[in-house]
Amino acid sequence: MDFQTVVFFFLSAILIFASLRVITARNPVHAALHLILAFFTCGGIWALLQAEFLAIAIILVYVGAVMVLFLFVVMMLDINLDRIRQGFWNYLPLGAMLGILMVLEMGLVLGSKYFQVPAADAISPAGISNTKSIGALMFTDFVYPFELASIVLLVGMIAAIVLTYRGPKKSKYTNPNQQVFVKAKDRVRVLQMPVEKD
Amino acid sequence: MDALMNFGAGIFGGVWPAVWTLLKIILIVAPLLLCVAYLTWAERKVIGYMQVRIGPNRVGPLGLIQPIADGLKLLLKEVIVPSSSSKGIFIIAPMLAIAPALAAWAVVPFTDTLVLANIDASLLYIMAITSMGVYGVMLSGWASNSKYAFLGAMRSAAQMVSYEIAMGFSLICVLMVSNSLNLVEIVNAQDQGRFASHGLGFLSWNWLPLLPMFIVYLISGTAELNRAPFDVAEGESEIVAGFHVEYSGMAFALFFLAEYANMILVAALTSIMFLGGWLSPVGFLPDGIIWLFAKMSIILFLYLWFRATFPRYRYDQLMRLGWKVFLPICLVWLVVVGVWMMSPLTIWK
Repeated sequence: MDFQTVVFFFLSAILIFASLRVITARNPVHAALHLILAFFTCGGIWALLQAEFLAIAIILVYVGAVMVLFLFVVMMLDINLDRIRQGFWNYLPLGAMLGILMVLEMGLVLGSKYFQVPAADAISPAGISNTKSIGALMFTDFVYPFELASIVLLVGMIAAIVLTYRGPKKSKYTNPNQQVFVKAKDRVRVLQMPVEKD
Repeated sequence: MDALMNFGAGIFGGVWPAVWTLLKIILIVAPLLLCVAYLTWAERKVIGYMQVRIGPNRVGPLGLIQPIADGLKLLLKEVIVPSSSSKGIFIIAPMLAIAPALAAWAVVPFTDTLVLANIDASLLYIMAITSMGVYGVMLSGWASNSKYAFLGAMRSAAQMVSYEIAMGFSLICVLMVSNSLNLVEIVNAQDQGRFASHGLGFLSWNWLPLLPMFIVYLISGTAELNRAPFDVAEGESEIVAGFHVEYSGMAFALFFLAEYANMILVAALTSIMFLGGWLSPVGFLPDGIIWLFAKMSIILFLYLWFRATFPRYRYDQLMRLGWKVFLPICLVWLVVVGVWMMSPLTIWK
């Protein structure tokens, strides 16, 4: 067994353990932390496959930004574990059915001959970095799907803002421009007082 | 050098490359931690003089042994774990703070050959690793089970996520004009241009054509470091000491080390991205590592100066600066640089 295989099995073991802990950990914050570990390990496995751009991108985007905000929300939840566990047996049949369906679909994608992903040929010659070739492909061959994806993201962003916007706030609003351009003489008045003698 | 390599290979055999890499890591981390120690000393001295005080002057001449004494004291103190805290995370959080601060140094080039790992996407690597520093702060705040620590962690998370965007955009401009993600090539790209060929290299560095981005990066860098005037995460006058209020002894010292190691890192990155790294400012002086250290020292001095000068931002002002001022500037300047590069007036070939 060469070194790369050892590293692969090591990372895979961590990945499987972390993913299992995401769904078994009692505390949601611990679950979120294990999800972060899973993303990080996934980045490691991708780096092992020499997909350095994807490896760094998953850490930059998922670990560095998405999960920070996720953790931000999860940390503020006031969680009553008993209430969460209450509906377990009611939800089990539906959950199990969905799970089995997903496993079947994954099996179809991986096993069937119709869904085979064509083996990636080494398109980029050695010496050109992974990032550069992904960028070149994205803005030439796949420019329409790329633009479409960005429009979907934009729509999602605007939709999220519209859904959470509850009208103008009734708070006392201070205009930062006026604050910045305030002069000392607007705020402080120095009065001349005659000296009191006794 | 060859003699050393042969000698090492003779003693360690096949594991010599691993041993050699470990040695190089020690050669980077040990001076770094020494710099951190003396940066704390410099901070106290500089701010002391700015406030017409003397600063530390008891331990050793000019107080030079003060950081060693402080470190020793913190090492000998007990690490108190609050009784209702989440113990495992409480202990892990300081490690999560310091690990990215040190790991990022793996790709920082000191000269064009002196770099531990000269990888293709080193700029992306640095952005990915430094974006993980926020977990130390967030987890310490949550695990402490204290409302002050938690408030500090929440503030820090919101602030770091906001300023990371402005920082990322300013770096995008840099990598556009350098046409590379590699830090060595980013510096080498700053060595070309009309001014550099006339011996006035410092006018060819990225800070001048990308001046708005340079200012955005410098200020967002300060905000990412949670340094004054952006230190709302600590805010000792509002929330005691913020996220590390429950920490003592070496666990506290790790947060301290992480903050200062990050300061040195961001100073190094600013020098490399915008101030030409190891390049000499004028043609008749040779390039060298000394220039990088000089530029880093100037930026570190700026951070200390900021702290002694500016009052802390109010939280809403801080968010306004990040989202409503820096982000529009970045978006506009990104387009300007793109158009400039494609126009006949381009200075980047």
